[in-house]
Amino acid sequence: MSKDGTKTARIETPTSKGPKRHEEVEEVVIRFAGDSGDGMQLAGMQFTNETAVAGTDIATLPDFPAEIRAPAGTLFGVSGFQINFSSHDIFTPGDNPDVLVMMNPAALKVNLKELKPGGIIILDTAEFNEANLRKAGYETDPREDGSLDKYQVFPVDITTMTLRSVEELNLGQKVATRCKNFFALGLTSWLFTRPIDPTIQWIQSRFKKSPELAEANIRALKTGYHFGETAEMFAVQYAVKPARLAPGKYRNLTGNTATALGFLAAADRAGVPLFLGSYPITPASDILHEMSNYKNFNVLTFQAEDEIAAVGAALGAAYGGAVAITTTSGPGMLLKQEMINLAVMTELPLIIANIQRGGPSTGMPTKTEQADLLMAIYGRASESPVVVLAPATPADCFSMAFEAVRLAVKYMVPVVYLSDGYLGNGAEPWRIPKVSELPKIEVHFRTDPQGFQPYSRDPETLARPWVRPGTPGLEHRIGGLAKEDGSGNVSYDPLNNEKMVRLRAEKVARVAMDVPPTEIRGDRSGKLLVIGWGSTYGAILEAVERLRARGQSVSFVHLRYLNPLPADLKNIIPRFEKVLVPELNMGQLVKIIRAEYLVDARGFNKVQGQPFKVAELMEKIQEFLEAQ
Amino acid sequence: MMSEATELKLTRKDFASDQEVRWCPGCGDYSILAQVQKVLPELNIPREKFVFISGIGCSSRFPYYMNTYGFHTIHGRAPAIATGLKVARPDLHVWVVTGDGDGLSIGGNHLIHALRRNVGIKILLFNNRIYGLTKGQYSPTSELFKVTKSTPFGSVDYPINPVEIALGAEATFVARTIDVEAKHLQETLKRAHEHKGSAFIEILQNCNIFNDGAWEPLTDKNSKADTTLVLEHGKPLIFGKRRDKGIRLRRDMSPEVVTLGGEVDQSQLLVHDETRPAMAYILSRLGAHFPTPIGVFRAWKRMTYDQGAHVQVENAKKKLGPGNLEAILNRGDTWVVE
Repeated sequence: MSKDGTKTARIETPTSKGPKRHEEVEEVVIRFAGDSGDGMQLAGMQFTNETAVAGTDIATLPDFPAEIRAPAGTLFGVSGFQINFSSHDIFTPGDNPDVLVMMNPAALKVNLKELKPGGIIILDTAEFNEANLRKAGYETDPREDGSLDKYQVFPVDITTMTLRSVEELNLGQKVATRCKNFFALGLTSWLFTRPIDPTIQWIQSRFKKSPELAEANIRALKTGYHFGETAEMFAVQYAVKPARLAPGKYRNLTGNTATALGFLAAADRAGVPLFLGSYPITPASDILHEMSNYKNFNVLTFQAEDEIAAVGAALGAAYGGAVAITTTSGPGMLLKQEMINLAVMTELPLIIANIQRGGPSTGMPTKTEQADLLMAIYGRASESPVVVLAPATPADCFSMAFEAVRLAVKYMVPVVYLSDGYLGNGAEPWRIPKVSELPKIEVHFRTDPQGFQPYSRDPETLARPWVRPGTPGLEHRIGGLAKEDGSGNVSYDPLNNEKMVRLRAEKVARVAMDVPPTEIRGDRSGKLLVIGWGSTYGAILEAVERLRARGQSVSFVHLRYLNPLPADLKNIIPRFEKVLVPELNMGQLVKIIRAEYLVDARGFNKVQGQPFKVAELMEKIQEFLEAQ
Repeated sequence: MMSEATELKLTRKDFASDQEVRWCPGCGDYSILAQVQKVLPELNIPREKFVFISGIGCSSRFPYYMNTYGFHTIHGRAPAIATGLKVARPDLHVWVVTGDGDGLSIGGNHLIHALRRNVGIKILLFNNRIYGLTKGQYSPTSELFKVTKSTPFGSVDYPINPVEIALGAEATFVARTIDVEAKHLQETLKRAHEHKGSAFIEILQNCNIFNDGAWEPLTDKNSKADTTLVLEHGKPLIFGKRRDKGIRLRRDMSPEVVTLGGEVDQSQLLVHDETRPAMAYILSRLGAHFPTPIGVFRAWKRMTYDQGAHVQVENAKKKLGPGNLEAILNRGDTWVVE
């Protein structure tokens, strides 16, 4: 997809035989899939790295089952990894793949319906035996029954060639077979002219302690690469040129890594130690893992006994003067709400990162959804306002995590940071900021006992003072009971209670004046305004840009601040005849937009554990534009 | 930081806040508050270094009455919040005040894990065997068949033993004392303070409104010498008004009460040893026909969680150097776009 919305060169069916031809394409979508134990996530991530280093723009979509090792060869055990890479800016992992790298019949069965007509299928023939075909529900071999006729099929005996490549190492059949993901990666790397050096380096460092395994994986990788080069099968080698990204230094990173780095950078810029209290939960655990490596930054990570203790310990650390964070996903978020209620009442800075997943209940832990918005804003006892933010892309996770810390400590308020599985596990190139470009976060711990009151307020932000226990002369008590304004003493006075409720609400409302102006993609007024939030950014942007290129009057606003909503939104919405709010839920933001702005906004909703496809958004927007 | 050698000359008054104490007149909590306010000034530590953290229940109003830092939190979660504070701020003296409902029912999980981790916090569990603040329902330490508002036909719940829970969690300091035993309570508080690591004290406390006399046999002047067994490290287990009864171990390892005299002399009695887990376990389960032990069941040393966490931070700094944000942002494979 190019910026101006026109279709670009696609992979064509090769017609000529003879020497290898080089063909330049602008954008390719590849999906690797196999059993959940086949190492497909690893192959996908390494391919992403090779591709990022080559300078193309990327977006990825890992899609794996919740079972760690589901029974081999079954449909529900299929684990996939999709990557879209392009010489242009791209915003999504791509609707439909151009290339499938399939390690068994089940993977093919699950993924074939998504492949573009004329697309490439590389499959491991060793796995296409009767037993595996049956497990995948094939009555006839799809290689022979004509069902693959409209595609370019490259049958490769990946398993056998992998075994041969590592034969001399005498690893045993089981271990040797495990190297086949690297053979597949090597072959795909050759086909798309990706450098394999980054992967070789990665293997060497990953298997430092078992040089035999390192050697085996490198051999499998190189064998796959050379097979592409020498086999008669592949007539064309494809190249995707580097993308024209904004100048700067880049690295490839996932949303969860970006989140961890954003929190780390903010604590560093605030000059305050960071405390992370967390309980393992998919898809948030990676943030805990990542953060646990940063101990030399005075980072304390605490794996608690449960979700409640995780947020409780974080609140205790916030009280002690730390940048305090807890990370979780939907089911854990529910358990934390009472503690967030206490953080609201005691007006302490606390960051709650909810990496949303498919629900309700245990739901679809490894799939994505954005259905925790109303819970984040309203899901606590009584009047319990908090700030709610949501990053738009994996790289944006860095900026919004940083922002969460800035607002929490400035306003002495809990901040809910709503990422999701798609952002957390997805990757894209990130322009690395210089530390000097990052804003400094001012933290002032009160030490002056003169005139001290625990609930006195900053006239601008309404924040109460942050006092570290241990400060002489400022001993005081806080807690969940209703507080008297100023003194903080327990008070059941009716008017005082309402005053405090209003003060806490006003404090959160004032954050609206402290956020950047809302950006409108497209015209400032017109027929249709699409409003999105969170991880749907890329898909909506691409859909809107394509429709605009066709001359449609549609504009796009993407909200990263959900509570409070940006102050300028009330001026933007009335300039459009219609408002559409696509969300991966049953219509949550749309309810708020309707209530806040008295506008007949409509939702477009999908709750399938999968991100929006550009095509389905375009279709819906088109339909909505045409409707009377 | 102020040297602890400096005489601070603090008094009980320095630790009393300006808030009116609002427990029911005659409540055992008054005595516990008084003993804490008596002991703390003697420790010669500035009062701003103390933080009292509580959950919900009558006992949990405690922090409001202490002129130290205080945090009245939510039901059952005080050990979790205290853990976060102590790990982030090992320089503070963090005390948790909880009750039998708060600490053993809704917050049982946090209590177990705070003790298991050996976080350097001191946990005072006021055990009155009843829910007082909610006006008299049975608690997890209430006896079987207890008749309360929520169990008019008697409770069919078996009670839990707080000391056993603490021992099972491998707490490094486990003690029991009684609200009205002022001296014993003070001594136990001091021992807990001196202990490095998590300390657990079960304080038997009377709720004179909803469960009056729950511990009366242990506090009544006429009976307490026969009904309590005061534990002292290195001393034989002797009790009774005339100090003529003791605890002996049978060949099958079960304890028995024996009367001293005749063929039975002190040398046959168990000698208390705070460092032996088996001893603590036997004492924690003596049962109905035995006196109730008070004192320190178990005291031993192992790494505290807060120590461990900070040693890791220091080691990481030594190994990797102090955190360099620029370097960490630029880590891994990078490329430059001109």
